[in-house]
Amino acid sequence: MELFLTSLLNGVTYGLLLFMLSSGLTLIFSMMGVLNFAHASFYMLGAYFGYLVSTKVGYYPALLLAPLAVGAIGALVERYGLRRAHASGHVAELLFTFGLAFLIEEIVHLVWGKTPVPYRIPASLDGPLFTLYSSTFPAYKGFMMLVSVGMLVALYAALTRTRIGLVIQAALSRPDMVEALGHDVPRIFMLVFGGGAALAALAGVIGGNAFITEPGMAAAVGSIVFVVVVVGGLGSLQGAFVASLLIGVVQTFAVAIDYRIPGMGRMSVSQLAPVLPYLIMVLILIARPRGLMGTRES
Amino acid sequence: MGTRKVLGAMLAACALAGMGAAHAQIRIAYIDPLSGAMGATGEHGLRELEFAAEQVNARGGVLGQKLEIVPMDNKLSPQESLILLKSAVDQGIRYIAQGNGSSVAGALIDALNKHNERNPGKSVVFLNYAAVDPDFTNDKCSFWHFRFDANTDMKMEALTTFMKGEKKVAKVYLLNQDYSHGHQVSKVAKAMLQAKRPDIQVVGDELHPLARVKDFAPYVAKIRASGADSVITGNWGTDLALLVKAAKDAGLKADFYTYYAGAVGVPPAMGEAGVDRVKVVSIWSANSAPPALQALFESYKKKFGADQDPYSQGLRLSVEFLTRSIALAKSTDPVKVARAMEGMKFEGPFGEVEMRAADHQLIQPLYISTFVKTGAKYKYTADGTSDYAFRPEAKMDGPATAARPTTCKMQRPA
Repeated sequence: MELFLTSLLNGVTYGLLLFMLSSGLTLIFSMMGVLNFAHASFYMLGAYFGYLVSTKVGYYPALLLAPLAVGAIGALVERYGLRRAHASGHVAELLFTFGLAFLIEEIVHLVWGKTPVPYRIPASLDGPLFTLYSSTFPAYKGFMMLVSVGMLVALYAALTRTRIGLVIQAALSRPDMVEALGHDVPRIFMLVFGGGAALAALAGVIGGNAFITEPGMAAAVGSIVFVVVVVGGLGSLQGAFVASLLIGVVQTFAVAIDYRIPGMGRMSVSQLAPVLPYLIMVLILIARPRGLMGTRES
Repeated sequence: MGTRKVLGAMLAACALAGMGAAHAQIRIAYIDPLSGAMGATGEHGLRELEFAAEQVNARGGVLGQKLEIVPMDNKLSPQESLILLKSAVDQGIRYIAQGNGSSVAGALIDALNKHNERNPGKSVVFLNYAAVDPDFTNDKCSFWHFRFDANTDMKMEALTTFMKGEKKVAKVYLLNQDYSHGHQVSKVAKAMLQAKRPDIQVVGDELHPLARVKDFAPYVAKIRASGADSVITGNWGTDLALLVKAAKDAGLKADFYTYYAGAVGVPPAMGEAGVDRVKVVSIWSANSAPPALQALFESYKKKFGADQDPYSQGLRLSVEFLTRSIALAKSTDPVKVARAMEGMKFEGPFGEVEMRAADHQLIQPLYISTFVKTGAKYKYTADGTSDYAFRPEAKMDGPATAARPTTCKMQRPA
């Protein structure tokens, strides 16, 4: 029972973390149709900027300043890079973001070196939040969950309940009409891309000190965020949320199971746990290519 | 290849040959990752190797010749390493140094065995400063390979001997990366614990994928559920730091017996989470260094910055052994040097070191240290951090950790 409850809690925590990582990617994809391979790189930039700002000014200002800075970089990337690539179609966009990811990694190497930076959790959030049986639950993870849920609510509200949200949605399906009504569609796309980058950066500021801020961190999360987005349904915010929780819980419970798979020698379920998300993705792609809650078939 | 490229290559080759003739240098090819995930570790090693060579050169070199390090980036890939080895051989380099990754070391040993057999007179010697697969000095031993780090078995010997004396150790959990090194650690830990402390219960034996786990909380929950008071892990890099952090978050009070808590990048990543609970086995201890070695550390820090700590004792030893062997053999011919190195014994900074002739494994003292808050007592901090240091707990002399007999049947050139 103890292991069950701790695992459930750990699973939900991990799931919310995954959502935090992938929400920006979903936003950009659903609004612009751009599969942003550099998403994890913006996450990494967020972590490094967060480290920089938190050592100079403080952690809480970093929560705002780092995403703003990365968001601005994202907007510039859209304005002067992606927009030009867009003219040549989706493949060009894909290749552009793919190259951008390498570029950002090399810049991080040059500026901060190849070893981890000592980015620490602020003292006010360090320590246990509550105790479940004998395990403590860290306050920082509670904070992470809160931010993740906050992201979902804010994004959902912004897209469906605000004027700018409606314009963004309209610009997706009827760009000509929106333009005719006097809205600057390219500027809207620039804002969306910058917003997506800022969301990734926020996840970086929060995830960077919970885990490790090092140049390999983008590559480490790069593949799992795509799994979340594909399983959830490309472009569906709710789908990404459900998929994150699903993957988090499944993976965490699998670790706890020592059952040896018959016919596979020493291989146990727990050893397979980290492969499960990818297995789920393949199965989903076979059985339901548009994902759990996706609306489009790409 | 265009004519211009060919010309360029020829010019470069001439320039290289000219340089070699002018200075008569002893070149060592450093074949290790200088980019990618392990790039930081490889670069750190390169700096230390170059520094060690500079020390020798400052003394006038050996036999009037200077040591020169030729860095080669293998990107941690065995295939890439073999290509680089070929290029090193073509440049007339007769010594190679490598340490990151036993898969690379294994490929290099195989290639050298073949190359040296087919090209007598052009032999190459391999100075292995950190690849710890026990096979290299047992079944797969080679006359051309010398290992300066203690292998996985020897380090486990030291760890388990230390644990034998720790009365509070009752339940041990084994958590390792799912590849050859992790498997080896798990296997030998079980055997040695059983032999030394049959009362210790192994309550878990888990393997997780290499460098894939982001959140170790589920594993920590399992360790807690098992009731373990100690964890033995061969994990390195982020796999070690994230594990220790997750344990702290969950309030797990277990001690961690590790191989790589002192490796480049791990102390700053572990931070507060590792204090007083992470132990490491190593072939040296900065805070136990004699004055002469301390002076060397100081000049290293002066050159590279106060936050740069020298790390690889294995590299320093390999350069020391090489220069002594060349001096003893009165030749730079790899076969003569290798023969001189076999069985060589001298007083190292931490005690007697001996290159065992039977298997080319260096027998040397091992330390067990604990990761602690730094204080006035500890002159040297851990890997560029200012707040943490390693406190030496126990020292075991070479013979005490070399007890396991080798299965090596050394084949020497005629």
